[in-house]
Amino acid sequence: MTGPGPIVLIIEDELPMRRFLRAALASASYQLVEAATARDGLAEAAGRNPDLILLDLGLPDADGIEVTRQLREWNTRPIIVLSARGQERDKIDALDAGADDYLTKPFSVPELLARMRVALRHAAGRAPGTEEPVFVTGDLSIDRARRVVTVRGAEVHLTPTEYRLLLALAQHAGRVLTHRQLLREVWGHGRVGQDHYLRVYMAQLRAKIEKDPARPEYLRTEPGVGYRMVEGA
Amino acid sequence: MTGTRPDPDALLARIQQEESRSRRGRLKVFVGASPGVGKTFSMLEAARAARLGGRDVVVGVVETHGRRETAALVDGLDVLPPKAFPHRGVTLEEFDLDAALTRRPSLILVDEMAHSNAPGARHAKRYQDIDELLRAGIDVFTTLNIQHLESLNDVVAQITGVTVRETVPDAVLDEADEIELVDVTPEVLEQRLREGKVYLPEQAKRALDRFFRRGNLIALRELALRRTAERVDEQMRGYRASAGIAEPWAASERLLVCVSPSERSLRLVRSARRLAGLLRAPWTALYVELPRHATMPAQNREAAQEALRLGEELGGTAVSVPGHDAAEEILAYARSHNVTRILVGRSRRGWLAGLFPASVAGRLVRGAEGMHIWVGADEEREPASEPPPRNGLELGPLRHYAGAAFVVALMTAVAVPFHGTLAEIDAAMLYLLAVVVAAARYGRGPSVLAGLLAVACFDIVFVRPYGTFAVSDVRYILTFVMMLVVALVMGGLTTRVREQASVARLRERRASTLYAVSRDLAAARTRPELGRVTLRHLHDLFGGSVMLILPDLDGRLDLIAEMPVRQSVRSDLGVAKWVFEHAEPAGLGTQTLPAADAMYVPLATAERVLGVVGLRPEPVDRFGDPAQRQLLESLLGQAAVALERTALAEEKRIVHLEYEAEQMRTSLLSSLSHDLRTPLGGIEGAASSLVEDQDQLSRATRRELAQSILDESRRMTRMVANLLDMVRVESGALGVHREWHVLEEVVGVALLRVGDRLDGRSVTTDLPAGLPLVSIDDVLIEQVLINLLENVAKYTPAGSPVEISAALRPDEVLVTVADRGPGVPDEERERIFEKFHRAARGAGGIGLGLAICRGIIMAHGGRLWVDHRLGGGAAFRFTLPIVGVPPAFDQEPDVEAVAP
Repeated sequence: MTGPGPIVLIIEDELPMRRFLRAALASASYQLVEAATARDGLAEAAGRNPDLILLDLGLPDADGIEVTRQLREWNTRPIIVLSARGQERDKIDALDAGADDYLTKPFSVPELLARMRVALRHAAGRAPGTEEPVFVTGDLSIDRARRVVTVRGAEVHLTPTEYRLLLALAQHAGRVLTHRQLLREVWGHGRVGQDHYLRVYMAQLRAKIEKDPARPEYLRTEPGVGYRMVEGA
Repeated sequence: MTGTRPDPDALLARIQQEESRSRRGRLKVFVGASPGVGKTFSMLEAARAARLGGRDVVVGVVETHGRRETAALVDGLDVLPPKAFPHRGVTLEEFDLDAALTRRPSLILVDEMAHSNAPGARHAKRYQDIDELLRAGIDVFTTLNIQHLESLNDVVAQITGVTVRETVPDAVLDEADEIELVDVTPEVLEQRLREGKVYLPEQAKRALDRFFRRGNLIALRELALRRTAERVDEQMRGYRASAGIAEPWAASERLLVCVSPSERSLRLVRSARRLAGLLRAPWTALYVELPRHATMPAQNREAAQEALRLGEELGGTAVSVPGHDAAEEILAYARSHNVTRILVGRSRRGWLAGLFPASVAGRLVRGAEGMHIWVGADEEREPASEPPPRNGLELGPLRHYAGAAFVVALMTAVAVPFHGTLAEIDAAMLYLLAVVVAAARYGRGPSVLAGLLAVACFDIVFVRPYGTFAVSDVRYILTFVMMLVVALVMGGLTTRVREQASVARLRERRASTLYAVSRDLAAARTRPELGRVTLRHLHDLFGGSVMLILPDLDGRLDLIAEMPVRQSVRSDLGVAKWVFEHAEPAGLGTQTLPAADAMYVPLATAERVLGVVGLRPEPVDRFGDPAQRQLLESLLGQAAVALERTALAEEKRIVHLEYEAEQMRTSLLSSLSHDLRTPLGGIEGAASSLVEDQDQLSRATRRELAQSILDESRRMTRMVANLLDMVRVESGALGVHREWHVLEEVVGVALLRVGDRLDGRSVTTDLPAGLPLVSIDDVLIEQVLINLLENVAKYTPAGSPVEISAALRPDEVLVTVADRGPGVPDEERERIFEKFHRAARGAGGIGLGLAICRGIIMAHGGRLWVDHRLGGGAAFRFTLPIVGVPPAFDQEPDVEAVAP
């Protein structure tokens, strides 16, 4: 990588957590900006124009979801929210409010770096799902021009809804999509809130694509939040 | 030895009595033989002495009657202003009880204990005011003329010819802590009268003139002296008992007084009280409610009720039992209650008495073995043995008599055609048959009529000379007499059988009512349910309106339920509060707060008052009837016991919960101290080695230390997560957010999250394609699967296989996590689901995983258990009930590929 790395803004009130992030990100040649409160965070976001924002949902002075909303009023840079276990609702709200991804504490450094890479790539418009006519991950390939899906060399037959669902996930490969986002994208506004629709089609899709649907390789469940297409090597 | 040792129970009772006294105020009564002896004066003097002794003395009410010497004594004492009660255009001034209770002096003077309060005051009688002052812990001085004492009431009336209406129950005087007799000789009193020092109201002067005759004064003085002497005697006996001095009189006596529906019963009850006092025996006033009770003149019924009430007022027990035979019922009661003495009134019987069944007193004397029978003088007429004809007239309605006449007429019509062929003896038998039929059908009165008619018809139609009433042969007289006797005997028998049947019915009705009540109460589990049952039965039995008032958690009384709903009778929580605090009935029809719209009775067991029931029966005076009151009392008694049962059950449950919480805290503390400290120690040690390292550690060692920090942190993370989950399950904060889920997906997430902790154990899943959507909280069920899988990782050898399977059953889905480990020993199969229970071959963890699983599954309405697996290993199984109908989906055709 040439020149200074991307600027990452960390909005997190816990000092040990910031120290850990500092150590993890510095070695990956990111430039760090730190803020301990939502107010400082919003000011830094405006002043330093970071390439990516890591936002803790448990800030003392403001609701993380509200911060996401305020950032999204003018800022389009990727936001990854950090949350504690048991904050499923907050995660979903933050994602629906415009955050790009989430990580549940405690998380490992490789996990964090992978998510950040995906987010930055999507932000730069270099995501594989959007550009190439054929999306490939592992043994799965989707030929968008021909509308043909093959797994392990064999063609699979999908219904129109299954196909649209697979396509939506592929387009955001590596990123989590909430139930709400998927329902809106595949079925339109009418089905929002009826998550079981999504689950049933997801199960059908897995049955056709996955080797062992109970241990999916491509279509991963993010419990309580949504689904994610796993990016291949 | 120094005599017998005091009975510990008796000692305890005495201590308790003394303790309750120490809380209760002390009562001192200044007793005098008549007005004018100087009771008020003595009381005031004593009060002044007490004030000099530094006590806070208040004059509640003192009648100086304009006497200067008395008024002078009041001077300088704190006097409570009277309270005004407007009554029919006149304002009556009365002692202000509430002001006295608010003022709370140490000692209060309340003159004239026997005074009746103005309508509208809280209590009808002043001695009730005094009782409330004593309960509040205030000492009271009061005065009493001996003729106002209830048990002496009629004795005084006999002596002086003046009936005193304002009376005080003897128990009040008996319970006084101190009695001071204010005594002057009749000569001195006469002197005072002459000097005009005795206050006499103008209108009463005439009567009182008669009252103050010397003979009366001497007799009254004797009464007063005797009554006080009795009291001294009692104190002496009390002292002897408490000092353990042997009693000359060891037998325990029990007195029964028989009440009849006559005004004279009152006198009998009063003498019973005096006798019981002398014997120091508990006593009971018993009334046998004969079948005639319902048809008796109201005056007689009231007399019986009045006598029973008086019995209660005088400290006895009042009991009314239904029955057919007074003497038999009395004896049955006496035997079952170990009565030693029976006091019964004697009826005035004329010379004819011998013809009729023996008197009650006579039969008691014959039947009462081992009991003394005292026969009181002059009871006018006895209820059980009234002559039949008079009684018969009351018995049957007119048509019964018409029926009897008709039977005889019919028989005559049948017999006349055979006049010639029929022998006289046959005709006589026919008429006898008619008499028997009439007696059997219509009872005593009509049977007598039938007998008379039969005699007449037989005589006129069949006895020579025909057509006349004359009799030619004297033998027929015997036939006539026989016919009449048969009529009487048969009629008497029939009536008796009927009465017995009606008594049996009455008894059965009461018994079945009480049975129904107890059955319903036993079935009721909760307080509201009990309340509803009680109200319904009260309403069914007594009509009118009923209310249930119970204390809430803070002890504040509240109207819980009423029947009928939104009734016109308004509840008076003030009265209910008084009843609740004093455990005595009040309100309508009682002596306390009689102005209330309803009668309020406590729902109390021997231990405590649990609530109050308000009643306005239909008709309003219903509880004047002792039988009804008894029914009410037994019903309320049952309800109170049932209420207490639920209260106790609730308390037990709370205690148990607290115990469990305590256990939880203890276990939690030991877990925190051990299980969390251990990994923390490891982390701290490894981290400090890394921090203090001066490049002496090898790369491999550093990595090892970092790895151990990572492992220990993860272990701690899981423990903390488990603890938090457990707290959530325990506190009931475990909200189950049900949604329709695909089980396969939930299993998938669990497997993903357990990840490499399974250490390469091969996992097979067997989830049939036909499984329906399940309505579950996915996050929670994932947690269950994760905990079960982690247990597999902990307790089975590395590399052994795990199998997750599901099966559809009629109305549930059965999920199994099966391993090939050592299995769970039988004695552990249930205990492993307990909190903080760890398997003997412990492998870390705090023993919460399975308890959390069970909590979660139970919150879903399912079950979790462990089975032995065929071929070795454990099979943890849980069920998820199928709730509701899963949503349906349309099938759609496959997407068409675009041709290249």
